[in-house]
Amino acid sequence: MPGLSARELRVGYGARDVLPGLDFDVPDAELTVIIGPNACGKSTLLHALARLHAARGGSVLLDGKDIRRYGAKEVARRVGLLPQSSTAPDGITVHDLVSRGRYPHQSVLRGWSREDARAVEDALRSTGVLDLAHRRVDQLSGGQRQRVWIAMAVAQETPLFLLDEPTTFLDIGHQVEVLRLMRELREAGRTVVAVLHEINHAARYATHLVAMREGRIIARGDPRDIVTPELIGTMFGLTARVLVDDVTGAPVVVPDEPIRPA
Amino acid sequence: MAPGYLVLRRGRFSARLAVGPLLVRGLLALLVLALSALALTLGRAQVTLPELVSVLGGREQGTLRTVVLEWRLPRVVAAVLFGAALGVSGAVFQSLTRNPLGSPDVIGFNSGAFTGVVAAVLLGATSYVALSAWALLGGVTTAVLVYVLAFRRGLSGFRFLIVGIAVGTFLSSLNSWFFVKAEQQQALRTAVWGAGTLTRADWTTLALAGGAALAVAAVLPLAGRWLRQLELGDTTAAALGVPVERAKAVLVLLGVVTTALVTASAGPISFVALAAPHIARRITRRGGSVDLPSAALVGSLLLLASDVAAQHAISGVVLPVGAVTVCFGGLYLVWLLVVESRRS
Repeated sequence: MPGLSARELRVGYGARDVLPGLDFDVPDAELTVIIGPNACGKSTLLHALARLHAARGGSVLLDGKDIRRYGAKEVARRVGLLPQSSTAPDGITVHDLVSRGRYPHQSVLRGWSREDARAVEDALRSTGVLDLAHRRVDQLSGGQRQRVWIAMAVAQETPLFLLDEPTTFLDIGHQVEVLRLMRELREAGRTVVAVLHEINHAARYATHLVAMREGRIIARGDPRDIVTPELIGTMFGLTARVLVDDVTGAPVVVPDEPIRPA
Repeated sequence: MAPGYLVLRRGRFSARLAVGPLLVRGLLALLVLALSALALTLGRAQVTLPELVSVLGGREQGTLRTVVLEWRLPRVVAAVLFGAALGVSGAVFQSLTRNPLGSPDVIGFNSGAFTGVVAAVLLGATSYVALSAWALLGGVTTAVLVYVLAFRRGLSGFRFLIVGIAVGTFLSSLNSWFFVKAEQQQALRTAVWGAGTLTRADWTTLALAGGAALAVAAVLPLAGRWLRQLELGDTTAAALGVPVERAKAVLVLLGVVTTALVTASAGPISFVALAAPHIARRITRRGGSVDLPSAALVGSLLLLASDVAAQHAISGVVLPVGAVTVCFGGLYLVWLLVVESRRS
């Protein structure tokens, strides 16, 4: 069975289980967005799917096989993950940084194949940063820098692409750039999963929405079907109205006020 | 595409080399050669350049040959080899701890080695081999201790540095206490070891050290690749397929082995490991990214220059090279402070 899925996945830190036992199949060739309140386990789930967190119980299956049975590079050739924050060394150029996304395809003796050169150029082009290739990363704006990081992960050329809050810290213009980029990646045939905070962005761009609360998935499906005032109430403890955008048909959430415990 | 790179491909083999650092390495290698030649000609018996060439070409017999090949060359080779080892060690520790002050000196290796020697002297050891062995034991034990104490769900560079400083300071005070309490002879023997010198370099020591250095050099390409990825942060490196904790353990081991190699053969030589990667970064203009071969070459150059200065700067007086590197180190740090404060 191809693709990525979690089976009774249990992950935690210290005494606490963040995910107490979760089942989830990453839908193939969709743009899946995971939303939920802070500390609900969204990022943990994403990290566990890329084997960056060890499971305490249950398993993550990659193409039908337990992900722990793969080598580190083998996983990185199939699943790419862009963490919420990364550090670029001072003075590194865009081209150099994006080249480092090729690591899982390289070895000491196979340091820079034609494939590597092509993949890096494709990644630079498809993320719109080809013109910046020889600029220094530390001299770019926040929006440009985020595109460069995405380019690095794109150069990894994995069929599955996970992004952890890729729009945080960006203004709305750059947020939309990143969201459109994610959509283009999906249209180019990749399976994309992203954790987002902004529910209206999630509802607008996701082809599949996953709502989480306290380590469990409470709803999933087409955003037009599952985004309801009740869901917003359960997830965030808010009363809200859900309108429908005339043009796209996407639900738009207008928050009202916190629900006070009776 | 990608100007500034030299791409080599043959069959399944491929490599991409940045031209800038490549030129810098070439230039540094030439400087090392030139300084080595100078070091071979200097001394009480003056050797001219043509004489040096004919000795190295094997066309010379007698005193000249003994002076150059038996007396001076081992010392020059030792300076180049140990300097390179220290440069690599410093580059690895600075990259791992993400801190420009990370070096084997800072994480307590040398204090530990010194404590080992103190223990050896207290137990009555006198031979140089025994002192070296105890120094190694002390240094490696300290490194293991620091690693274990700093390990908590993975190795964090910052914790590593802080624990290293703490353990190193504790051991330093232990060493000072020994100097206050020990008999004069014992204190003297320890202090002589502690000065760090290349005087004892001979072909036997060098063969051993050279073997270890070759083993280290074989790991460097892999180490360099890991370091480049770890520079992006642990999570990103892991997502790109680096076995993060295993890589860090190997890299710490690499840093410790290179330092140990030098400390066991020459005693503690400080500052080279700290400064060589800094200088290498400045001249390769690679910013925060590490280039192990350049750091190694700068290390060689620094130690060689220090040793030439130690032998010939003051006529008739041979200083321990460790003392010279410390002086250079002080000057370098002052200069760095001035430059950095002017920039900000």
